[in-house]
Amino acid sequence: MTESKFNKILIANRGEIAVRIIRACKEMGIKTVAVFSDADADALQVKYADEAVNIGPALSRKSYLNMDSIIQAATGTKVDAVHPGYGFLSENADFAKACVDNNLVFIGPSAECIAASGNKSAARKTLMALGISIIPGSDDIISSPEEAFEVAMDVGYPVILKASGGGGGRGMRIANDQNELADALAVASGEARAAFGNPDLYLEKYIEKPRHIEIQIIGDHFGNYVHLGERECSIQMRYQKLIEESPSPFVDEALRNKLGETAIQVARLIGYTNAGTMEFLVDKNKNFYFMEVNARIQVEHPVTELVTGLDIVQQQILLAQGEKLPLRQDEIRLNGWSLECRINAADPADNFMPSPGEIQKLILPNGPGVRVDTHIYNHYVISPFYDSLIGKLVVWAKDRDMAIKRMQRALSEFQIEGIKSTIPFHQRVFQDEDFIRGDIDTHFLEKFADLH
Amino acid sequence: MGSKTYKVTSPVMGTFYRASAPGEKPLVEVGQKVNAAEVVCMIESMKIFTELRADQPGTVKKILVENEEPVMKNQELIEIEIA
Repeated sequence: MTESKFNKILIANRGEIAVRIIRACKEMGIKTVAVFSDADADALQVKYADEAVNIGPALSRKSYLNMDSIIQAATGTKVDAVHPGYGFLSENADFAKACVDNNLVFIGPSAECIAASGNKSAARKTLMALGISIIPGSDDIISSPEEAFEVAMDVGYPVILKASGGGGGRGMRIANDQNELADALAVASGEARAAFGNPDLYLEKYIEKPRHIEIQIIGDHFGNYVHLGERECSIQMRYQKLIEESPSPFVDEALRNKLGETAIQVARLIGYTNAGTMEFLVDKNKNFYFMEVNARIQVEHPVTELVTGLDIVQQQILLAQGEKLPLRQDEIRLNGWSLECRINAADPADNFMPSPGEIQKLILPNGPGVRVDTHIYNHYVISPFYDSLIGKLVVWAKDRDMAIKRMQRALSEFQIEGIKSTIPFHQRVFQDEDFIRGDIDTHFLEKFADLH
Repeated sequence: MGSKTYKVTSPVMGTFYRASAPGEKPLVEVGQKVNAAEVVCMIESMKIFTELRADQPGTVKKILVENEEPVMKNQELIEIEIA
């Protein structure tokens, strides 16, 4: 890998992450090319980038999932590299390979590594051999309902179906018995195909009352790795994260070191480069199970940025240019506390029903310790074609207690009219005593379900 | 004459699907009998699929929207004649 600076990067994504990546590039003096669908002509990524290319109709599979049209946009605008963001083609090994085949640097791990991260069966066997504990389940993609029933009988109900092609809760369903599993298979597969262009599912035993804790790692092309501590992501609704924080109120120094070492062990094993996340389930006794590699930048990366002082997107770009990691593990310090609320166009009073439409009034919070990553603006029309995430409200303070107070204050300033959003929901969570104490697990939000 | 019908409407702006997954056969056809709470179509909005169910038992009389067409909130999708 020879080091060469990028002059121009294409961002193969939309929404807040496209804006986030453009900002990182601008600060590095790198020119940017946005892509957009017919539905996104007025999107902020189009306004902020130096150039913008229309890549097709509104439906994702005809635009943001359309590899040919994105590669054509990249070669046509003579970019050096492609940043895939999260979702869409970010964990698609064929896309990473198509970039390389067209002399474009893919800002992320190699195609082989993405394939290895996605290949749960190969990963599972190797991990078990290394003594890393994993959750029992199917060794491979579920090829028929009969096979799913057999594996489920083997590991015991309840079981969970997960999309092989990506995370974020799409294509995930729990089944308590064989009837539920039969129904869940069809729906989960459709969701997985719509979200990732890949209907493949695998099945795992469902561990009850766990915490979802993940480790951010970065690695260069010379075998150097550091981890940037953990993110606590237990506050989830339908397996979609809604609130994240770093550090986790549950993780002490010893557990952090163990999780971090395990994360780097997994990264080294699959030859991981660039930024990535290792997801773990942690039970109440602090036993942890490795879940999966997220071979991309993640939605919740800002909480790690605010406690480490590192710009992870800029690190991705530097590492993709072939540079060495700028620091060693003992130089990484977690400073203070950061919390993030995902602001979704969804109605918390109606079972989080999606709420697309026009923003009629928008007042963003700001002030000390507040960061808002968003692509929405006044009179922006949120289309039904894409994810409901419309922004991330992130705060930093010197400890968790002050960060919570800061988030309460920022939420009270945040006004969106014209659509429903998750802001009122976050306001309630940030008043909840268990949440404030840090007593949370992935079922935390179930108690909010009946309180409309 | 005068048989009672009701319509299944979309709870959200999104895309109408007649099948539970691409490549699968439609959940219902005109003339088909449906039970109460039977899934008759799907709406995708913001990547979330919602199953829409029949309110009461009956017979599918009309399908008012083409597969994969965009639909508005409260738009009528399927007309069902009450049994």
